[in-house]
Amino acid sequence: MPVPPEATPFNVLWIQSGGCGGCTMSMLCAEAPDLATTLESANIRFLWHPTLSEETGAEAVALFEQVLDGTLRLDALCVEGAMLRGPKDTGRFHILAGTGVPTIDWVRRLAAVAENVVAVGTCAAYGGVTAAGANPTDACGLQYDGRREGGALGAAFRSRSGLPVINVAGCPTHPNWVTETLMLLAAGLLGADDLDVYRRPRFYADHLVHHGCPRNEYYEYKASAEKMSDLGCMMEHLGCLGTQAHADCNTRLWNGEGSCTRGGYACINCTAPEFEEPGHAFVETPKIAGFPVGLPTDMPKAWFVALSSLAKAATPERLRLNATSDHVVRPPAVRDIKRR
Amino acid sequence: MSDPGASEGTTRLVVGPFNRVEGDLEVRLELAQGRVEAAFVSSPLFRGFERILEGRDPRDALVIAPRICGICSVSQSHAAALALAGVQGLVPTDNGRVATNLIVATENVADHLTHFHVFFMPDFARALYAERPWFPRVEARFKAAQGSAVRKALETRTTLLHVLGLLAGRWPHTLAIQPGGVTRGADARDKVRLAATLGAVRRALEEGLFGAKLERVAELSTREELDRWRAAGPEGDFRLFLDIAADLDLGRMGRAYDRYLSYGAYPGAEMPLYARGIFTAAGPGEVDTAAIAEDHTHARMEHRSRPHHPFDGSTLPDAEDETGYSWCKAPRLNGLPFETGAVARQMVDGQPLIRDLVLREGGSVLARVVARLVETARTLIAMERWVHELTPGAPWCAQGSFPNHGRAAGLTEAARGALGHWLRVENGRIAGYQIIAPTTWNFSPRDGAGMPGPLEAALVGAPVRQGETTPVAVQHIVRSFDPCMVCTVH
Ligand code: SF4
Ligand code: SF4
Repeated sequence: MPVPPEATPFNVLWIQSGGCGGCTMSMLCAEAPDLATTLESANIRFLWHPTLSEETGAEAVALFEQVLDGTLRLDALCVEGAMLRGPKDTGRFHILAGTGVPTIDWVRRLAAVAENVVAVGTCAAYGGVTAAGANPTDACGLQYDGRREGGALGAAFRSRSGLPVINVAGCPTHPNWVTETLMLLAAGLLGADDLDVYRRPRFYADHLVHHGCPRNEYYEYKASAEKMSDLGCMMEHLGCLGTQAHADCNTRLWNGEGSCTRGGYACINCTAPEFEEPGHAFVETPKIAGFPVGLPTDMPKAWFVALSSLAKAATPERLRLNATSDHVVRPPAVRDIKRR
Repeated sequence: MSDPGASEGTTRLVVGPFNRVEGDLEVRLELAQGRVEAAFVSSPLFRGFERILEGRDPRDALVIAPRICGICSVSQSHAAALALAGVQGLVPTDNGRVATNLIVATENVADHLTHFHVFFMPDFARALYAERPWFPRVEARFKAAQGSAVRKALETRTTLLHVLGLLAGRWPHTLAIQPGGVTRGADARDKVRLAATLGAVRRALEEGLFGAKLERVAELSTREELDRWRAAGPEGDFRLFLDIAADLDLGRMGRAYDRYLSYGAYPGAEMPLYARGIFTAAGPGEVDTAAIAEDHTHARMEHRSRPHHPFDGSTLPDAEDETGYSWCKAPRLNGLPFETGAVARQMVDGQPLIRDLVLREGGSVLARVVARLVETARTLIAMERWVHELTPGAPWCAQGSFPNHGRAAGLTEAARGALGHWLRVENGRIAGYQIIAPTTWNFSPRDGAGMPGPLEAALVGAPVRQGETTPVAVQHIVRSFDPCMVCTVH
């Protein structure tokens, strides 16, 4: 939708807290068109973004104050990184530099005046890696604490638009997951029904990483990779969660023509709450009686067991060979289809 | 926030949020007679990755550690993989080594490009420089988020990162770098595609940034040559920067200790591309990693009684402490602060121009920026060579098993300098994981002897104009280090 030039811009303020900045770094990889053009074409304007804005120090704080007192309209507050509640609920593990005030307090105040609140990345959505292990900083997401609703803003929070926090989960997020969410919001095309159970935008969360994975044929025949750099399916031994991970990584692609599984390593389900604590090593598939514990979400176990035994028995030699090799050793045969 | 009357004639100024550095930074300045008298550098964010890693399966470090930082995530992967390889006694295959070099170099070059165009130059397009003769050009090219060079650089960076889409699946946070090599092999078609991508980046840099062949930049060797470049071209943003630097005297701004550290970058079959070592007033020397220790005196960390070698270190936050003013520890080598980054790598490696600049006038804003640009040219040339060295059909990843006990350090170079991970494995679990990131060196607080960290030293003497709340000279100096605060404190 081309935007008439006189239209009021969709104002975005971006705050970073307990994260790594990777979601921003990923967003800068937006292409076709580039980030600036993408945002401009949807009339989206960053009031302030830590990486991109000129304003620093006191100038930036003055801008936040203007948002709080209503001088500047805030259409979307984007938060990247987990909210740090520690130590002892003071939030002092992250003070917003130059202000003496914990970032979690800034975020609560800004969220109260925001039309929409967007959690960018799994840290901001659910706590993410920052909340892993002993969770030394008592990190949580904006509206989730792992799988549980709550988090920094509380389960009841609704932004001015009436929506809960929109969780653009991913570690990091794909550039288009972020830009498309903002564009949909700016166009008034994202409602409560467009979010899944963990409030991820369904336009990418209604897909599975398994869709479009180039290893699908290996999966079908349970021709499995046994070690890092093998070509086979990584579900059986190498911890791949692509059949359960909600994301369109293998149909949308990253950095040109990439994805985790195309890069030769397992999907660790980075768009899911608590992905950081799988309960076993990330690169290993836990098994009971030789069968993976985690199965495709909607497949009855008995069926999986039956089908995979059958599939294994029927594995073509080509796939069996290639699955445990780091390059194709036997290409698919070319049949001469010319009829004489 | 300025509070007059800290002591007679001294004013205090707290600067933050300090943006366009990765992560969070606050700088407390004591000013007198329009200059910075003392600086205290603080990282106001703590996440505790070292604690998060404790007790996990060692291989999980490849998932967790890169998420310390989204800007040098590949360098973090590399350090983790090297530490794991050390514990396993595993040597990567030749293909694995070369592909890893390409992956790490891609991130480092992307980082240099982002730093120059997005983080550093936009400060010269601030209204306060409107009277300078170079201003109109700088404003057109480098106005934050809008300048034509800023936008073009982001596109070039995006193109460059296709190398990682192909070889590493995605960026940031890849799992492609493993202790024994890489998870994805390249075939002949990948090689020509990689060459095309690097060709596009070379072309963009030669057109916009340098106005000259990368080789000419890589071979610059004296201050006089640099002056000639400024006086007579070739035309490009590099020359524009040299103009600004001459006008604002950036060659004499932001000098720290002129003591440099590099772990060496991009291992070769025999030699790394950039040598490992130190460079001090005594000339070049070896790095003795046994002489590295972290001091907690002014960090908000427990265990202050003595400095710790990283195998023996701890990360126990102490929020109540009053002497600590940063979550950053103070790493020291032989008890002394060291600077790290492109300028350190090029000093240690002996790149003649950078040695000439530093030996004549000391390390400065100018030297740090020129070192990054020269290194960008040198690294890109090496990357083109490495693409040819990839050998389809030969193995990509050596395999090994993981012992229950062991310790090893993984030492590599991120764009902004020396990065080390020190790993201890006991009973098959991570018993200790200590990280010293480049900005931990550069932005360290004072140590037990009261010795300021490199940035703290570099800020002393910086001019502050009347009424400035966020002194622009301070911004130039801080950003000349290309700091990464999320790494600093992890
Ligand atoms: S979600 Fe992942 S990439 Fe994004 S900030 Fe958190 S750790 Fe970084
Ligand atoms: S493939 Fe899986 S781990 Fe990789 S980015 Fe997509 S959801 Fe995350």
